[in-house]
This record gives sequence, structure tokens and C-alpha cells, in this order.
Amino acid sequence: MSKKMHVKLNVNGEDHEFLAEPRELLIYALREKLNITGPHVGCETSHCGACTVTMNGKSVKSCTVFVAQANETEITTIEGIGTPDNLHVLQEAFKEHHGLQCGFCTPGMITRASKLLEENPNPTEEEVRFGIAGNICRCTGYQNIVKSVLSAAAEINATKEAAQ
Amino acid sequence: MIPAEFEYYRPASMEDVIALLEEHGDDARVMAGGHSLIPMMKLRMADIPHLIDLQGIDGLANITVENGKVTLGAMVTQHNIIGSDALTSAVPILREAALQIADPQVRYMGTIGGNVANGDPGNDMPGLMQCLNAEFHLIGPDGERTVEARDFYEAAYMTDREDEEVLTGISFDAPSGGYAYEKQKRKIGDYATAAAAVQMTKVDGVVATASIAMTNLSDVPVWSEATADALIGTDCNEGAVKAAIQAMLGDIDPTEDNRGPVAFKRHAAGIVLGRAIARAWSRT
Amino acid sequence: MKDEVTREDRVANLKGMGCSRKRVEDARFTQGKGNYVDDVKLPGMLHGDFVRSPYAHARIKSINIDAAMALPGVTAVLTAKDLEPLGLHWMPTLAGDKQMVLADGKVLFQGQEVAFVVAADRYVAADAVELVEVEYEELEVLVDPFKALQSDVSLREDTLDADGKAADGAHGPRKHPNHIFKWEAGDEAATDQVMDSAEVVATEEMYYHRTHPCPLETCGSVASMDKVNGKLTLWGTFQAPHVVRTVASLLSGIEEHNIRVIAPDIGGGFGNKVGVYPGYICSIVASIVTGLPVKWVEDRMENLMSTAFARDYWMKGKISATKDGKITGLHCHVTADHGAFDACADPTKFPAGFMNICTGSYDIPVAYLGVDGVYTNKAPGGVSYRCSFRVTEAVYFIERMIEVLAIKLNMDPAELRSKNFIKKDQFPYQAALGWEYDSGDYQTAWDKALEAVDYKGLRAEQAQRVEDFKAGKTRKLMGIGLTFFTEIVGAGPVKNCDILGMGMFDSCEIRIHPTGSAVARLGTISQGQGHATTFAQILATEVGLPADSITIEEGDTDTAPYGLGTYGSRSTPVAGAATAMAGRKIRAKAQMIAAYLLEVHDDDVEFDVDRFVVKGAPERFKTMKEIAYAAYNQAIPGLEPGLEAVSYYDPPNMTYPFGAYVCVMDIDVDTGVPEIRRFYALDDCGTRINPMVIDGQIHGGLTEALAVALGQEIAYDDQGNVKTGTLMDFFLPTAWEVPNYETDFTVTPSPHHPIGAKGVGESPHVGGVPCFSNAVQDAFRPFGNTHTNMPHDHWRIWQTANDLGLHD
Repeated sequence: MSKKMHVKLNVNGEDHEFLAEPRELLIYALREKLNITGPHVGCETSHCGACTVTMNGKSVKSCTVFVAQANETEITTIEGIGTPDNLHVLQEAFKEHHGLQCGFCTPGMITRASKLLEENPNPTEEEVRFGIAGNICRCTGYQNIVKSVLSAAAEINATKEAAQ
Repeated sequence: MIPAEFEYYRPASMEDVIALLEEHGDDARVMAGGHSLIPMMKLRMADIPHLIDLQGIDGLANITVENGKVTLGAMVTQHNIIGSDALTSAVPILREAALQIADPQVRYMGTIGGNVANGDPGNDMPGLMQCLNAEFHLIGPDGERTVEARDFYEAAYMTDREDEEVLTGISFDAPSGGYAYEKQKRKIGDYATAAAAVQMTKVDGVVATASIAMTNLSDVPVWSEATADALIGTDCNEGAVKAAIQAMLGDIDPTEDNRGPVAFKRHAAGIVLGRAIARAWSRT
Repeated sequence: MKDEVTREDRVANLKGMGCSRKRVEDARFTQGKGNYVDDVKLPGMLHGDFVRSPYAHARIKSINIDAAMALPGVTAVLTAKDLEPLGLHWMPTLAGDKQMVLADGKVLFQGQEVAFVVAADRYVAADAVELVEVEYEELEVLVDPFKALQSDVSLREDTLDADGKAADGAHGPRKHPNHIFKWEAGDEAATDQVMDSAEVVATEEMYYHRTHPCPLETCGSVASMDKVNGKLTLWGTFQAPHVVRTVASLLSGIEEHNIRVIAPDIGGGFGNKVGVYPGYICSIVASIVTGLPVKWVEDRMENLMSTAFARDYWMKGKISATKDGKITGLHCHVTADHGAFDACADPTKFPAGFMNICTGSYDIPVAYLGVDGVYTNKAPGGVSYRCSFRVTEAVYFIERMIEVLAIKLNMDPAELRSKNFIKKDQFPYQAALGWEYDSGDYQTAWDKALEAVDYKGLRAEQAQRVEDFKAGKTRKLMGIGLTFFTEIVGAGPVKNCDILGMGMFDSCEIRIHPTGSAVARLGTISQGQGHATTFAQILATEVGLPADSITIEEGDTDTAPYGLGTYGSRSTPVAGAATAMAGRKIRAKAQMIAAYLLEVHDDDVEFDVDRFVVKGAPERFKTMKEIAYAAYNQAIPGLEPGLEAVSYYDPPNMTYPFGAYVCVMDIDVDTGVPEIRRFYALDDCGTRINPMVIDGQIHGGLTEALAVALGQEIAYDDQGNVKTGTLMDFFLPTAWEVPNYETDFTVTPSPHHPIGAKGVGESPHVGGVPCFSNAVQDAFRPFGNTHTNMPHDHWRIWQTANDLGLHD
């Protein structure tokens, strides 16, 4: 075993410190060390996006990030996107429009979509499809996922307009 | 898929990087975003006992466009390229190409330095850099040096970079005229079945200058002077384009893989090039 | 007014059958609180990982585990030698064959399990795998089933008799050491006779390539042997948890009541999680050996290389007809590549599944089917990937043969279908290959579909496109893909459907609580289908309590009644029926309670939405909620307290969902890139329980069909190396490659199912694959194409165009 290093992560606003081998992958550190099991392992070669988290403001596939690289970063997972009492609009929209079936891709999908909407609050259908193309879903055929994301965008925009 | 163990370094200066490279020789590798390297390590196809993460080095992620000269730090990501207004206006082909690489998450992490330095024939930026006649800036124990992109690639994963050297950045003159990056791929995230980078200028209704490079059609990117020559002085009519495609086919050497047999790839290369030329010409 | 709540309100309040109830599963999934097998974490848990064979066929000369055992953190390295004393180095397959758990003297496919490393964490386990030294002697590799049947090399020495000849297998005599079975249906002599004298005969050979269900979650298990209490708990990705319990008990000798199998949330199955894999067995043995919980979760490469593949059928067809297009006979022969072990997940009496549904939706008087199963040096499997057993192959076969016949007859393929449909008044229809179709109204569905897409207009547009192409005005061709499919799902009647002797009934157990809420447990297990939502809807309608007050539980064998699990679209046809029947038992008792409370005779009350009312006096009623309370709190003469029911449902027949699909595709002849312009899917799944869920199933099934038709394959080179082991090369489409689909429906209820439902999850895949394929092939029909094999990826489409001279 190579020597363990001291790792500091801020996950969903909470600081964590632990020892880890540098080669440990961020996804396993989150899931197994911190018991944050929302992000999943799907393909392990950065193709499927089930492990997507936001790291320092970027959507990343946490199966392809060493925990050493992630040291001292801020991470948001599905668990940090909404709370049971205050769901994110996307979480509501996915439920409303049947944007999920087995649920395995959903945490990564919603986490990615949340970043997409931050960067592009008013996407076209084509932009949504392009923007979530790093996330594979085997169940839904994407039609209702796209619908969910578009409806969430509309709702966010409507809320913003109402506030102005 | 678990990589073999390694020592991890996150040095704060390039001197420290060089020192580590000198100490460990080919047991060490530098890593930018890691999105080429980490999958290889996880599949245990790359064994890297000493991994040097460049993220702690300041100044490697700058984009500058000044006096017609474009400079990109090695740690500039594909996402940065897509989002840079200065680059989009000075070198629109760069954004057009970056959007066709991988997927959103990978583009946040994947860097231009990693893409060009890795020597993977599937990567898109090496061909594009050859098209743009870019220079790669390397630093090593003996100081800095510059290599032309067109001289950098020797074979798959073999480049002119020495083990103790680091690619720190890329520079090139902002091109003028029409451009196109055309890529055929099986799906989002795939490498090219065939891709073409075309830059050209028009004077008096004919092609004045042209530069053309092909991707994933040989074990190195293929910048084809003969292809460009076939267009220069023409108005990109059907005959000229055909001649250009013929010239290009003389320079590529694709191999069969899951994307298809050689005959298909050669045909696709011709189609992709023809479309790239047409689009570039329409933009002159 | 005493009661302003209208009857309509009461119906809506139930959220029963027919409404698009939002899914109750989604709260946890959207918040990252699903509980999948890899989320199971137990104190002291160890991690298992496999040493796998790099070769497709090799003798194992030695295995040295010393270096691996010396690595700190390694607890055990198991090989076949360790399993042999327990009799666990081989295991029975669902198809009546047996399979090595760990390589016993030789390996038969690349990626085969050779040794099982158990270590403190996944990192140490992976390092130890590298340290196990295995010495192999390479043997001749057979990847072609036709060559395998000619070869002197016997892949499976364990299946030979004392003279070295092929001993009889589970399905009868074998003609060659690499032959597994011959299975036949129909009348070959009569079919040959029809063919010989037919006015028109069309023949075609087609290969339905090998692919893989590839759910996003790979397979895995966590075994925990509690040595104090003698109880084994096994969590895993199981589409059939009770079957796993029984098999685990038979193999291990642990009595069934001491085994608890739990299928937690499952991240997609699509057939991949029906079988029993060596990893499950090894995790159990390792837990027994170490006394600690052991987790095994495969990675994606392992999933694609070693767990159950689908298809790999070489099909040879002959179809005869009169000159004016009335089909007179069908002949089909299949050479089925089953890989190294026959591990198909079919009902035991059906070694080629329900391939004998290959007469499709047509009234074909005479037919014959013969299937030869063959061993090769490829991974075992042969599961139904999003279809009932081999039904995708059958439907692909007949829907291609129809197109081929249409070409031969120079007839429009839509018209040819119309001409040969089984007519509405022919149901129940006895098909030539043995099945009795329960119901259907094919012509109505077909006409609706053709009208919806303006079929005539499409054909006119296509003809114009061909003209334009020939005139050099375009390089894109247009294809119109048609499919009319009939599925056979809901396995099945115990009289002919069993798996390892266990009849394929299913079950539901309902317990109504005193305050009028309920829990129901079933023998099935959802992998994304939304059972917790839809089964509660069935019950809501049947027992008159709101779906929101009904919890559905599945997947824990300690609590759920015995059932055969979820695959082959059997949940709604079988467990859904059990649910309705159990609900009716509840209602029957409730009726007696209501009559007592209302002081009338049992026959004088009738059920109305959520209550029993006195006939002719609607103001006199007892709600189901009141009745539930009374069931527990009031002594009712002649009745036991409580309100519970169980139903084990043995279906009298299969169900036969059908559908009409049309795909419009534009194909770039020069690059081979297809573009899906339109996809229209009309499904008739009988009674519709939740339209929203149905549409979701159809979108998903069509997308998996698109993948299979247009590029997804498990490809091997001639040395048996897997060429498509990661998601770089194994095609799973993203949102970018997938179109929006138009869905439509007709409703022809199943006459024998308690609520008339037929199942829907797999129809879109079964119908979708031939529809996408037919669209590609139809585009090239005007240029002389009859048939090309899938997958229609860019280069193969380009090759078709090239072969037809379209690049000249």
C-alpha cells in the first residue's frame, strides 16, 4: 500500500478530512468513506456520467478523478442539491414528468442538469440534449428527461420573473 | 477498474516539476485533467509510479489573444475554449472543434495540453494545431524550447517531447478567412471515424492560402500540404475538391477498428474533407 | 347536502387503474437515496474480485496464489480446488446445463472466472488479482458455431460419454460434442410439401448479432453468513430473488428458511440479472469461509465480457405464398450460439425460448421451426434482453421475412401484412407452432398507424427521393420501416412453464390495516418499471382504498410470497393478476362485513369505487375504510377478525400484446449515417394501468431497440477476444442520438386476465428492432437490397450502399 495522504473535501457544504491513498477515486471516497451514495458507478471509463458531481463549479465524472486531485475542493452531489423539505426544481420536475425509471442514472443526471441550467438558464431542446450527452440513461429513452429539464428551466425563469 | 498505486505530487513550481521528472525519469508522468491518463491507469494499461499533478502551478491556464497572436496555457480546458469570446472571435475553428470532443463533463476537465501532448491519434487537437501551424512550448532541464506541431508527432503515443520535459503551452497566429472542423463519429464522446480541419483564405475569388489536417486516419495527425496545394488558386470547384481529396488519400493510412474497415474510412475521410472544404469556403 | 364529494372525485381520489399516477419511487431516487447493492455496507465487510482468463480457450497448468496471499490485507484466494470439496466448483444453469463457478482445469471464454480474491478493500483486492500467477496452455479457439459443429475439438469434455461421444443433454440427443440440443416445433414434412408446390417462395439468411442488456448498474452481491444463528443473508442484483434462494439452498445445503435473499433497488435489469453468476456463489462461499460479509460488484468490462449476453442467432428462413400474397407456409432453422455453457434463462421446457412465436401476427397454416444450440468459446448467456424468451429474435425473423417476401412479390409490405393478419374473429387463434393467441385486433391497429403517419404520402415522398437521388439532386435516401409485432409474455402456465422445476406462477399477499391503509407484497421485483406505483393502482381499484395508502413491497424473500420474479414482461400478466385476485378476496370479505354493518343480506350490497352501498339506496353505505376498521374492532358473527388475503396465480395462458410501428429514416449514402426523422409506435397492451408509465416504458424500449439495430454488439475477433468491452465501443446512445417518439394505442383486453392487462415493458424493444432495421433496408430496396445484417452502424450501412454501387 502506498502511503496515505491527508485529504480535505468540502462536500455539500460540510468539511471532511480523512486519510486516503492517492489512487483512490473520488467516487469511492464519497461513497465508501463519506457514505454519500447518491452518485453511482456505471462504466468506470468516463462514458456514462452516473458518478457526476460538481467539483469547484465544474460537472465532473468522479470515477475519473483521483481523490488526490480533488483534495481541497468543494463538491456538490445530489444530496446537496435539495433537501426533503426543499427540493430543487429539477427534482420536482423529474418526478412530475416521469424523467426516471430505475433511478440509477438520476443523481448524476440531475446534478449535471443543475449545472447546465446555471450556465444556460434558457436552453433549447437541442441544447439540453447536447448538455446532458455525457450522461447515459438506459431506461427512459431521454424523452421525459429532456421534458423534465425544459420544464424546470421554465419554472426557474418564471420564478425569477415573478421576483423582479 | 482500480489503478496500481502511485506516489502523488502536486508541485507549486515548474522547477519542482522538472526536478521530479529528472529524478524519476520515465517512471513519472505529468497530468493535467487526467481524462486520457486516468482511464489508461484504471485499465492498468499505463503504469505510472510517480504522478505529477500540474494543477498547483500558476499561469498554465491563461488564454491570450494579442496582436494577432494566440497563446494557450497547457491547462486551458476544452470548456474554457468553448466559453472564451476572445478565442471564438479570433479562432472560431477552435470552438467548433472543441464542441465535438467528448462530452460536457470531460470537456470541463480535459485540457488542450493533455490533448496535444498525449500523442493519442484519436485526439482532435493535434490535427487542428497542425492545421493552425501552432508551436508547442516545452520546458525541461535544459530550459525552454519550441517545437512546431507539424514536427511533434512521431507515432502513436510517441512524440518529440523528452521524458523530463513538460508541454507548457501553445501559440499560433490567429488565422483569417474561412474555416471548418468536420468530424464523423459514432456517437457523442467517440473519437473520429474521420475528421478534417480546414483553414483557407480567398483573394480575388480563388483560394489564396489553405491548411488542412486530418485526424484519426493514421497513427499521427496528418497535415497534408498536397491537399492544400490542390485547392490554392481554385474556386473550390468540384474538380479541385476531388483533387484535394485524392491528395489527402495519398497521405493518410487508416487502420481497421470497430469504426470500420479501411475502405470505409478512406471513403469517409474524403466525404468529411469535402464537406469541410465546402463549409470553409462558404465562410471565406 | 350530506355528501358533496362526487363519484368522480371518489374515483380520482383512489388514483386507481387508468390514471397517470406519479411514481412513489421517485422521491428517494431523485434525492440520491436509492438503496442499490453497492450501497450495502456492513461492519467488517470484505471485497471480492476475480482473476479472469485472458484467453478464450486454454488449459490451466497451474495457479500460484502465494504472492497474492502474501499481500497485506488479502484474506483468501479461492480456486476451483477450494470449491470442489463443497461441490460448488460447478453450478447448474437455468437451462439444465452446468457451468464452472471457477475454472476447473480449463477456461472456455475470455473473461471467465479463474480465482476469487477476498481482501480488506477494493484496492487491495485489485492488486492481489494482479499477483495471482496462472499458467495457461492455449487451445484452438472456436468462435464460429458452424465451424464448432465440424470441429474435432470438444469444448466441453464434461459432456462426453465414456467413449468420447456426445452424451445426451438436458434436451435430448446431441449430434456432435459441441452440439447442445435440437429443438423443434411444427410439422416439417407438411411445411416442405407446401414449399415444394408453392407459387412463390422467398428465402433469406439473417444473423441476429450478439449483444448485451448492459443495465447501467452492473451485477453484484453482498453475502453475510451469520455463523451464530446459521443464517445467510444475500443482497444482490436479482430479477428473481426467490429462485436465487432456492438455488442457493440446493447448492449450499443451507435450509431455505435460513437463507434470506434481498434484491434491493435494482439499477436496470433488462434480462441481465435473471441468471445466477459465479460472483454470487463466490461471495457466499467467501463469507462462509471468512465468517465476514463479502461484497462482489463487477466492473463494466466484466459485465460485458462475462455476464449474460443476448441473441446470437443465425436464422435461415423460407416463406411461401400465393402469387397474390397469401402466405401458405413458413420454415425457420436457427443455429444458436450459446457460448461455453448453456446458461439461457428460458423456461426449462423451452431451450429456444418462445422462438416458436415466429409465425408472428399472421395466419400461416403450416410452419416448422428447428433450433440447434451450439457451444463456442464465448461467454455463456442467451437471456431475453428486454423481451420475453427469444421473442425479439422471432419477431425480427418474421418481420424481415415479410419484407423479403414483399420484395419477391413486388408488393407493398404494408399491404402484404394486411392481407395475412390473423383476423379479429379468429381469436382465440391456434398458431401452427403451438401457441393459442388470446386476443387481438390487428387490422384496426394497423390502419390507425398507417393513417397516423400518412403512409401513402410517405411512399410518394420516398419515390420522389429516389428520383432525386438518381438525378444527382440528393445523396440521402429515405427509408420507411414497418413492423407489426405480436409478443408472447406472462410466463406462464405452470403446466408448461417452469424454471428448474419451479412453476412460473406469481403471487401477492395483502394486509389491510385497521385504519384503511395497506401493505401488499409480491413475488416480483421492480428494476425501474415502477411496481410500487402501478400495483398499488390495481389494488386501489380492486379494494377501494387510495393508492397513496398502499405500500408495495418486493424483493425480500423473508417477507414476500414465493414468486418467479420480473422478466419477460411477466409482472403485470402474472403478479398483476395475483394482485387483482387477492384484492377480490379482500373485497369478498369486505362485502360480508359491510352487509353485517348495514344490516342487510350479503347480496343486497354492491361495490362502488370505495365503498359498499345498499342496492337501490346509495345513501346507505360503508366505506372500505370503515369496513377495514370494523374488520379489526368488531366481532362479526361467522367471520374471523382481520382483513388479509393471499393469491398465488397460475395463469391459464400467456398474454399476447401487439403493436404497429413505423419509422421514417433518412440515410446519408456517403457516410452511412442514419437520421431518424420520425418514429410512431402504437401499442396494444390490453387494459392500461398507468399511461404515463406505459409511455415511459415505450420510450425506453424503443431506445434500446435503436441501439441494438444501429450499432450495439458484443463482437469477438477470431481468437475469441472481446472487441467491445467498454462503453467506448459498446453502443449506448445518449440524448443526442435519440429522437422523440410518438406513442399511440388501441385497447384489446386479455380475455383471461383478471383486469385484461397484457404487459408492455418489452413490446417496444421487440417491435422496435425490426422497425429500425426495416427502415434502413427499405431505403435501399429501390436499388436492389433484399437483406443486410444488423447492426446497421455507419460502416455497415456504407457497405450496403457500396455493394449496391451507390458510390460509383
